[in-house]
Amino acid sequence: MTPESSTEDQRAFAVAALVPDPEVPCINVDELGILRWVRVENGVATAGVSPTYSGCPAVQMIEEEITKALQSAGYEARIERVLSPPWTTDWISDIGREKLRVYGISPPEKTAHKISALFGESTVNCPKCGSDNTEKLSEFGSTACKAHYRCKACSEPFDHFKCI
Amino acid sequence: MMILQNAILELADDNLILGHRVSEWCGHAPILEEDLAMPNMSLDMIGTARTLYAYAAHLENKGQTEDDMAYLRDEREYLNCLLVERPNGDFATTMLRQLYFAAFMEPYWQAALNSTDDVVRGVAGKAAKEMAYHIRHAGEWVIRLGDGTDESARRMKTAVTDLAPYVDELFQSSAAAKAAEDAGILPVRADMRAAWDKTINHIFGLAMLNPQEDTFAQSGGRQGLHGEGLGHILAVMQSINRAHPGAVW
Repeated sequence: MTPESSTEDQRAFAVAALVPDPEVPCINVDELGILRWVRVENGVATAGVSPTYSGCPAVQMIEEEITKALQSAGYEARIERVLSPPWTTDWISDIGREKLRVYGISPPEKTAHKISALFGESTVNCPKCGSDNTEKLSEFGSTACKAHYRCKACSEPFDHFKCI
Repeated sequence: MMILQNAILELADDNLILGHRVSEWCGHAPILEEDLAMPNMSLDMIGTARTLYAYAAHLENKGQTEDDMAYLRDEREYLNCLLVERPNGDFATTMLRQLYFAAFMEPYWQAALNSTDDVVRGVAGKAAKEMAYHIRHAGEWVIRLGDGTDESARRMKTAVTDLAPYVDELFQSSAAAKAAEDAGILPVRADMRAAWDKTINHIFGLAMLNPQEDTFAQSGGRQGLHGEGLGHILAVMQSINRAHPGAVW
């Protein structure tokens, strides 16, 4: 939300914000940080949406869901894809992170700007028992945004939302 | 605009063709984790290509879409470098090819964060981080295979020899790329050499591999002169669209 946003903008934003991520339905597009803003002008609500990963297949579906949500609230809806500045996992809200953890996905660290190309390992905590005694099974997991880990303390396999 | 459009197409074609090549492993990778990793890496590159194709279509301003760019251009109109169209070969070759590409693209996208062009900056911010993951993933495999069994080391060394002629083209700028570089829109390709050498030397050191010296360097991809492989890729990739013109999802 921008400081100059009107009450009408905020109302439309609240409507669009409730759309869940289709691949991680525990978290909505606002908590994920990809709904950048909504501006209402003459009954037309334009939503600025940032894609997550370059090849995220859910982008189109998310845009359609936001359009539908705005339409059912009585707006004519438009989507504007906001590429710059690019989305980063640092924009996932604290509430979003907690929801991910409860859902069984270890949330990303808030250090996306420090990502190292060469084997810079950081600690990943198990979302079930909290132990940091975990090991990476695969850099790429069930979706493009996740890596696959295993907890050596409680033996639980889990997804880790990659820091990007 | 034609010049900038071609410079953008070179980048898009590199990403699409390598994305397609890597996707050929889907269902055939040696272990389940790699069967997941391959399509994910593929998606990163195809996603990058989509945004760049949409931009190139916008620059051409003839009402074309990203699909027209991918599905309706012939082999001679593709401007990708030769490295990305090389056949997958064995797992060693695929991983080394990915390492070579990512070790170039990661510093390239980092430098492109200072581009004067909004779309290029937007693509770069995302792709730089994704390429860092690709370096890490492919690099770990190159080390594991290079410093592995006699058989895996032999295959890794063969891959180094086989891919050596296709490295230099990464650092060469076409006339279109050079114009975009002079305008501050794209980074200078040759400037990536030091970062590339550093990454490769580090990983080769751990993998007990020696870089190939004194190889004849192939080029021509940026002029639309390709190896046999590209035609086969396009035949597979474009067949549905050619059989059903105008078909959409």
